[in-house]
Amino acid sequence: MVSLSDYLILSSIIFCIGLAGIFINRTNIITLLMCVELILVAVNTNFIAFSHFLGNEAGQIFVFFILTVAAAEVAIGLAILTLLFRVRGSIDVDVTNSLKG
Amino acid sequence: MNNMYTFDTSTLWVALPEIFLLSAIVVVLLLDLFLTKPFKQVTYYLTQLSLLITAILAFNLIGEPKTIIFGGSFILDNMASIFKVFMAGSTMVALVYTRHYLTEHKLFRGEYFVLVLLSMLGMMVMVSGYSLLTLYLGLEILSLSLYTLIAIARERSGAIEAALKYFVLGAIASGLLLYGMSMIYGISGSINVADIATFAANATLASREMLILNFGLVFLVIGIAFKLGAVPFHMWVPDVYQGAPTSVTMFLSTVPKIAALAMLVRILVDGMGAMHAYWSDLFMVMALLSIALGSVVALMQTNIKRMLAYSTISHIGFILLGFVTGVVEGYGAAVFYVLVYILMSMAAFGMIILLNKQGFEADKISDFKGLSKHSPWFALLMLAIMLSMAGVPPFIGFYAKLFILQQVISAGFITIAVIAVVFAVISSYYYLQVVKSMYFEDSNNEITITAPMDMKLILSINAVLILVVGLFPDFWMQLSISIF
Repeated sequence: MVSLSDYLILSSIIFCIGLAGIFINRTNIITLLMCVELILVAVNTNFIAFSHFLGNEAGQIFVFFILTVAAAEVAIGLAILTLLFRVRGSIDVDVTNSLKG
Repeated sequence: MNNMYTFDTSTLWVALPEIFLLSAIVVVLLLDLFLTKPFKQVTYYLTQLSLLITAILAFNLIGEPKTIIFGGSFILDNMASIFKVFMAGSTMVALVYTRHYLTEHKLFRGEYFVLVLLSMLGMMVMVSGYSLLTLYLGLEILSLSLYTLIAIARERSGAIEAALKYFVLGAIASGLLLYGMSMIYGISGSINVADIATFAANATLASREMLILNFGLVFLVIGIAFKLGAVPFHMWVPDVYQGAPTSVTMFLSTVPKIAALAMLVRILVDGMGAMHAYWSDLFMVMALLSIALGSVVALMQTNIKRMLAYSTISHIGFILLGFVTGVVEGYGAAVFYVLVYILMSMAAFGMIILLNKQGFEADKISDFKGLSKHSPWFALLMLAIMLSMAGVPPFIGFYAKLFILQQVISAGFITIAVIAVVFAVISSYYYLQVVKSMYFEDSNNEITITAPMDMKLILSINAVLILVVGLFPDFWMQLSISIF
């Protein structure tokens, strides 16, 4: 029997991988988007596990909304990325450093 | 508990402003498709009209008793209605300035106005959200529209870079906020703010439950601080302010701050009020860091949008200080500060937009050189705005800082008040730098003001209000306290 804490540990590991990926990754912006998705997956795991063990459906409803928003978010993210590629000719993290001071 | 999620159409009037705005967005979006080039202005006027009607609908709901509908996820109270009126009003002002900017930079597109209306809808949902789900959805409607608004200048590589940075950091912040929400949901068993408040106020919580509640709370605070742009979650603010088209910078630096503040009040004050001792410590650190960093780093800026970004960070520090006090008067002072900040920031960005012409961005401090010779009236208004931001009496910015510091001192944090004042004095240097270049330096470039009459008029009223409201601040302060 998988217990609640097993799910929570799994989700926190996924969460940490996502967060670490964002800070360590210095090459590609697509990887950043994937890391953001990992964070959302961790959150969804949390919500569903809690929902199951609490016997309360609100958490599962929440997950539906997170999935929908995540899809919209990625659509906008990739659209911005396409624009960036058009104006800069590259999607490396290094090219996004013209604004500073 | 069984009828918790029932849907009752007789309560729909509570959400009337939102329902109207959503229908108006659909109409504007569809109509814009069929408008040919000479009639594009119709979109602008329709947008203003929708905002006006939304404001009137929200105004009519002021004074209604507190009502919670949709299974406890949507609340109507005075705070929600007053904030909605202010948001709709300031968005209308912002759009007047925006139109001039968009025409001068050939960015005039119908989508711009639809996106502004959509972000307005998101903010209204945030202000009225009373469950974690509605708050999150409102936040995402707002953020997704803002990312797109920044990227609307798609030939400018700076704007695209700003949009991307805002997007990536915003997505991380939403992720952190959601993780905190999942923890709070897991321990309290509900996503409704009212239930969470009952749970958190329960004195017999085991230390294990307290720990998880605290764990979730930290993530919530991070998410909210990010949206407000408080140090150390401020990295996006200067880059986005500088890179985004000025009209978008103006919009995103003003109106969403009300919504972020409302979310803060809903989650932390209404929901986690019992945990004030825990989150106020976090807020104190963030507030001091924001005031210090915002005041010092702004000294070195030559780009006025970037300078105003750091000035925003320091203003946010003052707003957070209001929440450290933990009393209703302190929260009221914070709300008052936000409203004042919006009035000042709107006028400051309006002034930058005023100097824009035919593809020329007046975003350097040096672009203000010699303004007093070419247009003494607008130079005078800019002087008032800058002095008010620095906190010089009798302008309104002084009273905003005064009320916050009064509350901070009466809550017993004298050292913090002293530090805040010292940094406020330091910050007056860079505000005065703008005044100096307007009055004491001559420019080689000709300053021509091509703005239409309506913009000049609204901008003048906006800037004069900074002085006029400063003459009787008590009414607004009482109003800000009364909403809690």
